[in-house]
Amino acid sequence: MNNVQNKKRANKSLPFFFKDEFKVSFVIIFISIILLINTFTFDIVPPILNRGIQPATFPKGLLVLIITLTSIIYYLSIKKPWEIKKKLPKPFFFTLLSFFLFIFVSKTLDFFLAISLLSVFVSYFWGERRIFYLILVSVIFPIIVFIFFETILGLRFPPGVITNIYYQV
Amino acid sequence: MENISLMFAPLMSSKLMIVLLFGTLFGLILGVLPGLGPTTGGALILPFTMTLDPLSAIVLLTAIYCSATYGGAITAVLINTPGTPAAAATCLDGYPLAQKGEAGRALGMATISSTIGGIFSVVVLVFFAPLLAQLAYEFGQPEYFALAIFGLTMLASIGEGSPIKNLIAGAFGILISTIGKDFMTSIERFTYGINELSEGIGFIPVVVGLFAISEMLTQSTLLDQIFKRVALKAVKLPSLSDYKKTWKTILRSSGIGSFIGVLPAEGGTVASLIGYSEAKRWSKNPEEFGKGSVEGIAGAEAANNAATGGAMVPTLALGIPGSATTAVILTGLIIHGVRPGPDLFREQPDFLYGIFGSMLIANILFFIFGFFGAKIFARITLVPNKLLWPMIFAVSVCGTYSLSQSMLDVWIMLFFGIIGFFMRRYGFSVVPVIIGLILGELVEGTLRQSLVIFEGNWLIFFTRPIVVTFFILSLIALAFPLLRKKKK
Repeated sequence: MNNVQNKKRANKSLPFFFKDEFKVSFVIIFISIILLINTFTFDIVPPILNRGIQPATFPKGLLVLIITLTSIIYYLSIKKPWEIKKKLPKPFFFTLLSFFLFIFVSKTLDFFLAISLLSVFVSYFWGERRIFYLILVSVIFPIIVFIFFETILGLRFPPGVITNIYYQV
Repeated sequence: MENISLMFAPLMSSKLMIVLLFGTLFGLILGVLPGLGPTTGGALILPFTMTLDPLSAIVLLTAIYCSATYGGAITAVLINTPGTPAAAATCLDGYPLAQKGEAGRALGMATISSTIGGIFSVVVLVFFAPLLAQLAYEFGQPEYFALAIFGLTMLASIGEGSPIKNLIAGAFGILISTIGKDFMTSIERFTYGINELSEGIGFIPVVVGLFAISEMLTQSTLLDQIFKRVALKAVKLPSLSDYKKTWKTILRSSGIGSFIGVLPAEGGTVASLIGYSEAKRWSKNPEEFGKGSVEGIAGAEAANNAATGGAMVPTLALGIPGSATTAVILTGLIIHGVRPGPDLFREQPDFLYGIFGSMLIANILFFIFGFFGAKIFARITLVPNKLLWPMIFAVSVCGTYSLSQSMLDVWIMLFFGIIGFFMRRYGFSVVPVIIGLILGELVEGTLRQSLVIFEGNWLIFFTRPIVVTFFILSLIALAFPLLRKKKK
């Protein structure tokens, strides 16, 4: 209980733009405003053909609702600050980084190589050091998944250096 | 009566029985593993159901739903970590009882009350779903619009966390559904010149991203967590005195769970908390709660499993999902060309009662598997996260890719994984996003079609009795959290 109160007190002492509630509300409202502006670029149905409402009206309404509700949660957070979150640990950033590595490798080299690399990367940075288990998650399991999807679901995976060998391109 | 006999058709089909056995076992594994659960599991298995006929596919998904909901109790009792959010209340008494050396008794009580709760809810489903479907014949476009709004407001008010944040998440889900070509005019919205977005964003990449990938990121922040495991010798059937102590609680919680399940919200979690608190309120020994009370376990477990059948009522009768998992089941129905609603009851009773029957059998099967195999399932939690999650990632990526063989779906999955992580970190539930996404087309479609039918007259939303009733109920739902706060 004391811990929570201390955290809340610590949160109160921060300048408003460093507080989570401001950052979260700002990001939501900022993105919503960009999207709202974007809705004004949607094509308009000519009045003679228009039945009901314009295609942009509904998303506009939703975005205004999101902006209004976010402003309310920010206003409420001034009275009752959010609890400060613990800093994100290193493995989180490595996992996030591995997603970008996955995107890069699957776009440039091979989809399955990307899965293998991500698996070994995540497993290693989450603390796995035993070679057998690293091979299990990065080689054996992806192969099983590949064969399963290929043979049972008849799926054709995107071309790449390894899949091309399998498909004998 | 003739329809009731159709419920036992799955027993006559070896194929359906195999599907049921596999679904129940797979569901138990999903339920036992913290972080996974019926929604993520259902979304991961959805691409595989494409190889099955519609009935087998839905039987598989419902079996996973029933058994994964129960499976969460095994982890809750043995390692004090709910395997599924719906088992959170089970930890309160399950783990303390296990610590006293009575893990078998705790799991026995969880198993029997889950089974009774689940079977009770199937009975509710069999009797109430056709009645609700009958009522739906009276519904026109404005009524469906008001119903969808009611569903979303209920979700916001009785779901977990802040109602305003839930509403934002729901609106975000509906907003995602507007991406692509407008269904009435074919005008493109939020597509930014990407052709693949013209057809809109698929449900599966969003679900897998919001549940599986965001959970993977969450797990990466919990690597220093140490679980204290309680040894389990064998699951024990409750004694006669335990039955005497708990039968009223089990029945009450089954009723509560079925009712909460019918309401469009994340039924199981809320139902188990209410079931638990009501069990405590009515108990002759409330002081035992939190210290290993069998009534506490029974109250929570009967309620969360009863919510499964309840949540299927609006899903099948109206096409409005009662929970995130039933949203996945609804997607399964749509993918397989089955449109839920009143016509389904009239035109395909064999299909419908086959689902009811399979849910009934799944409840019996997880009782058998849970009773004899809980010890083995408990060992699954020994698989370390550092091996488990890379494997889940591989299945998630391939499953998402397989639906439309598009890499864009994989990028969307990763994008929503990151969004989902930050949403959960800052107290926004991801469940309303899913429900909003699936209801989005219905909300916008019925609103616009109503305006077309009634020539732009907005007054139709304030003059039709059913519409007005749903709007009043929506206002009550929105006011409910404020009243609850005031009462506290």
